[in-house]
Amino acid sequence: MSGDHILSVDRLSMRFGGIVAVNDLSFNAERRKITALIGPNGAGKTTVFNCITGFYKPTSGAIGLTHDDGHAIRLERLNDFRIAKLAKVARTFQNIRLFPGMTALENLMVAQHNALMRASGLTFLGLIGAPSWRTAEQAAIDLATTWLDRIGLLDRADDAAGNLPYGDQRRLEIARAMCTEPALLCLDEPAAGLNARESAALSELLLSIRADQGTSILLIEHDMSVVMEISDHVVVMDHGVKIAEGTPKHIRDDPKVIAAYLGTDEEEAIAVMESGT
Amino acid sequence: MSANPAAQTSRAPSAAFILKKSLISALVALVLFSLMIGVRTEAGPDGQLTYWTRFGDLAVMVAAVFGGSILIELFRQWWGPVDTARVVPAPVQNALAFGGRLVAPVLLVFTFLVPVLFYNERYILDLAILVLTYVMLGWGLNVVVGLAGLLDLGYVAFYAVGAYSYALLATNFGLSFWICLPLAGILAAFWGVLLGFPVLRLRGDYLAIVTLAFGEIIRLVLINWQSLTGGPNGVTGIPRPTLFGIPLTPADDGLAAMLGIEFSPTHRIVFLFYIILALALLTNWVTIRLRRLPIGRAWEALREDEVACRALGINTTTTKLTAFATGAMFGGLAGAFFATRQGFISPESFTFHESALVLAIVVLGGMGSQLGVALAALAMIGGFELFRGLDQYRMLVFGMAMVLLMIWRPRGLIGHRAPTVFLQRKEAISSDLVKEGHG
Repeated sequence: MSGDHILSVDRLSMRFGGIVAVNDLSFNAERRKITALIGPNGAGKTTVFNCITGFYKPTSGAIGLTHDDGHAIRLERLNDFRIAKLAKVARTFQNIRLFPGMTALENLMVAQHNALMRASGLTFLGLIGAPSWRTAEQAAIDLATTWLDRIGLLDRADDAAGNLPYGDQRRLEIARAMCTEPALLCLDEPAAGLNARESAALSELLLSIRADQGTSILLIEHDMSVVMEISDHVVVMDHGVKIAEGTPKHIRDDPKVIAAYLGTDEEEAIAVMESGT
Repeated sequence: MSANPAAQTSRAPSAAFILKKSLISALVALVLFSLMIGVRTEAGPDGQLTYWTRFGDLAVMVAAVFGGSILIELFRQWWGPVDTARVVPAPVQNALAFGGRLVAPVLLVFTFLVPVLFYNERYILDLAILVLTYVMLGWGLNVVVGLAGLLDLGYVAFYAVGAYSYALLATNFGLSFWICLPLAGILAAFWGVLLGFPVLRLRGDYLAIVTLAFGEIIRLVLINWQSLTGGPNGVTGIPRPTLFGIPLTPADDGLAAMLGIEFSPTHRIVFLFYIILALALLTNWVTIRLRRLPIGRAWEALREDEVACRALGINTTTTKLTAFATGAMFGGLAGAFFATRQGFISPESFTFHESALVLAIVVLGGMGSQLGVALAALAMIGGFELFRGLDQYRMLVFGMAMVLLMIWRPRGLIGHRAPTVFLQRKEAISSDLVKEGHG
């Protein structure tokens, strides 16, 4: 294990009134690696995500992000849009949140808002059509085109995002997150609702993002084939606490994990495993 | 007997159905009209209540409703099912689409020619100026409601701020219209930001209520701050605009005298017409440009999904504030024009009715559509004048026309959205996909 962590979650707790959604959770995500956060329904995975991306303010604990240049940021002190803007953490949503009435291309252009705002001189240079703005806009369109090509939606660039098939919408949301040029990409169940072929394409896309862009990825996933295939490191949660962590192979054989998923206790799980093999 | 027994059987129960429906309509009419028409009350000579019955009239009304609903139902049956093949053939549809593309340019050219065509018809020129004022207001509010999806019921506040800014600056400091115009815009934008700060945490209905209150507050301040605004008496003697310092008056230094032509009061009307046309076109141009800039796309993205916006690092607060400020600025410019055109303003001109009218124009036009807003302003202001001959039924007919239009086109006259950027083809997006925004 190298000590190069892009994200370190330290003793994170999140309470909603009397309900403890996340309890004293600590884990790290390595740079340029894919970390998966798994667990049964209601384990608190999405809550952890919302804490990392600033949609929730954690009750206690620290979330540290270290950029490639060594610049460290405390995420729990920033609010949502600043986490995306300054800390360069991009996310997708469990229930897809595209801009349905805008075209696929426009969705990717909105993602480049902050860079384009600077290029348009806070709108004033853009309003008079300054040449520097025109080149910046073309560059943004080119970046969007590259991503549309990578997710295989180039020929549907001018279609409304809401009109795309479900699987395409999932990939478009990932492309939109990538257009913000993030250091850490957080994906909330990217394979949910995809068929086997689409999940395989998704795995390929995520592996290529890691290889080509060097983006670190943190994902929540229920589709074990995707998790086992692409993750470098797996963190398992149940009832708001971490119950196991390690390589996919290590996790697959952990009786505690199986017990959590089957909803039984450990001894039974071991019995099930042994009878199965 | 019939060659089509299936149709026969399907029609058989419909007779009973029509009868039942018409009976229900007649019953509702009976209940409603029994008091409204059946009993006539009046104050007698000594102030006591006298009444008499008019059962004959009541029977006629109920019978008319019964017969009318039978006719309507029969008409619907004859018209046939709506959702089968389109009645309009493809070539006609293409021709209509082609015609649709020509609407905007033709309308623009016609607008430019209005003073030439109707030079001697003062009424039409005044009406055209009024319509253009509302086109401009509609386009201004369209930024807030149509693009950013923020429901603003107090838009008239910015109109009032613009009007009073010009009126007070001109009457107290003698500044010219052309200096005051940008100042009025800036002041209105400033008020837009001021309103925006506390309000933009609110969403949907709550936002609408607070903006409504803001509109009323501005009006009440104008009424009660007598020392500054003159209270209910308003501000009088607001100077007319000049053409580069040359007044349009019959005086020796007036434009007519300088050009050596005979003075006519119509000159000033035509001048005003072109000022408001230029202002409206400026509003349109800026809005179209802004839509293609990151700020405009952020407004539309905000209308589509605010949470996703924040996840992409967009500062939603400043984005909303810029939308409010931009819309308010255009409202302020229109207000300054209103003040200079009227020469007199009072708080009475800035009631909630104005906000509602401008909002209706935006909604009727199709939220976010520039052409739609222009057409809606023409229909609302111009159409309202058309019904003037109907006297007290004007509101009734007008309301009915609006209801019918909203049934026919629930998303407004122009119910689709044009993308701001495209790779291969520019294709309108159906309004079914476009969100209205909720905050």
